[in-house]
Amino acid sequence: MDMDTYGRLKKKAAQIRRDIIDIVYRSSAGHVGGSLSETDILVALYYCVLNVDPKNPLSPDRDRFLLSKGHSIDAYYCVLADKGFFPKEELKTYSQFSSKYIGHPNNKIPGIEMNTGALGHGLSVGTGMALAGKMDNKTYRVFVLMSDGELAEGSVWEAAMAASNYGLDNLTAIIDRNGLQITGKTEDVMRIEPLAMKWESFGWNVIHTDGHDFPSLCDAFSKKNIIPGKPTVVIAETVKGKGVSFMENNPKWHHGVMNEAEYKRACEELDKIPEVCE
Amino acid sequence: MNTIHNRRVVCETLIELSEKDRDIVVLCSDSRGSASMAPFAEKFPSQFIETGIAEQNIVGIAAGLAASGKKPYVASPACFLTTRAAEQIKIDVAYSNTNVKLLGISAGISYGALGMTHHSLQDIALLRAIPGILIAVAADRHEAKRLTEAFNEYTGPAYMRIGRNPVEDVYDSDDYDFQLGKAITMRDGNSLSIITFGETVKTALEAAELMSTRGIDCRVINMHTIKPLDNDCVLKAANETGAIITIEEHSIFGGFGAAVAETIVQNCPVPMKIMGIPDEPAVPGKSREVFAYY
Repeated sequence: MDMDTYGRLKKKAAQIRRDIIDIVYRSSAGHVGGSLSETDILVALYYCVLNVDPKNPLSPDRDRFLLSKGHSIDAYYCVLADKGFFPKEELKTYSQFSSKYIGHPNNKIPGIEMNTGALGHGLSVGTGMALAGKMDNKTYRVFVLMSDGELAEGSVWEAAMAASNYGLDNLTAIIDRNGLQITGKTEDVMRIEPLAMKWESFGWNVIHTDGHDFPSLCDAFSKKNIIPGKPTVVIAETVKGKGVSFMENNPKWHHGVMNEAEYKRACEELDKIPEVCE
Repeated sequence: MNTIHNRRVVCETLIELSEKDRDIVVLCSDSRGSASMAPFAEKFPSQFIETGIAEQNIVGIAAGLAASGKKPYVASPACFLTTRAAEQIKIDVAYSNTNVKLLGISAGISYGALGMTHHSLQDIALLRAIPGILIAVAADRHEAKRLTEAFNEYTGPAYMRIGRNPVEDVYDSDDYDFQLGKAITMRDGNSLSIITFGETVKTALEAAELMSTRGIDCRVINMHTIKPLDNDCVLKAANETGAIITIEEHSIFGGFGAAVAETIVQNCPVPMKIMGIPDEPAVPGKSREVFAYY
């Protein structure tokens, strides 16, 4: 990855994080911790990988993205708005009465494929989309972002078995492996390790990556890593609350709401990042 | 004596439709035998998907297929499909508004002797409370054909409840006026109305015949579409006959009788009796035996 691209992505991620903090603070709602942990994954996908067109969001050949961890909607809305799927201004209604910008993905919004956020659904739906692509000889790819806590849902493993059985190499699952869920550490709530071995034994191509490093993320998602006949899972090691020091690695910020002082401090920290990139 | 069961007719009709409509995809959960879908799988292997015994996954996959332009039909036992995958039906099908057709096979007490694990006596109550799902049941093989054709024309989430065993014909042929959402008066009468659907339409017609010998003039209505309910037909029956009996192969709580009662009570209260399976694990046995018991 050249330095220009790297700098552009870093700045974009800092801006998205700043947007997240704004909409979360303004609405006193949202799931800020998981939104900040997945931000770099979404930025890598939407600015480096996905073939999507905000002017033609339903193009039959588009790549499909599903936010299976639908509660982390804040980052997703901010990225879609920045890409031009809808005016950023509309996010002022986020979580307000009768707004379509609710706390989980809503497919009435351009760019959002499905209503998700009941955990454990996305991978099955993505499997169906990938199957349809194979049936129609399409070249689009399907990406499904899940949380690590979500992997306790049995339906994830029904889908993992099926996608491998059908040989869906056009499907990529991504795990936002921040290690925390609402109650605490995933390994204390329900152990999911050894995670890579689980996916390998289900017949998946497993890629481990730093979920905040753009060259690693873009490389993990690139077509060159596809193994024919196998679906791919990218286990992205992340930090919950990434970018805001007092939120990092603290499960309290799973859906914490900032007071004014915390908001100002978060903004100050995030505003420094683009300067570092200069 | 008819020996052709409705599920076979559904399969044959889907085969006919698929000759022209290559977007049709049938999905089974190790259920192609019990769903009578094996002929479809053999004829159109590239339009058939086996998911194994995984109801949540089969519904999610169907939603993904539908979101990508396919017309998926999920044929899986009603007892597992509607309860095990209830959340996928609620979210991936209804809320996301995907064009998924759910075929709940061996519904009601079709699997009578197998017990409550295999009875599906809550499916109507459950799906009726989820916004956006059309629910329909065929009374015989002729209606099963018409209903399957209508499902393929209809765009949106829909559930077809299908019994396991052959049922006696209530129509002479499939050449009659059938429209989704429009109930059919099978027999006219002015002193009482029986409103029902599916296998018990035949039972209701027999009961009406018996009553006529005792001078009771009974109307019989086949409400093949349970949601949206044909409220006009229900209210007309209440106004003109003054009393309603509903019969359903389903729990008496929250199901078809409840749907009819909601309309009657709020618009035209008349005496009403809801007949169905009481609040207990249904007695095991053949359909006729179970119906007779209750």
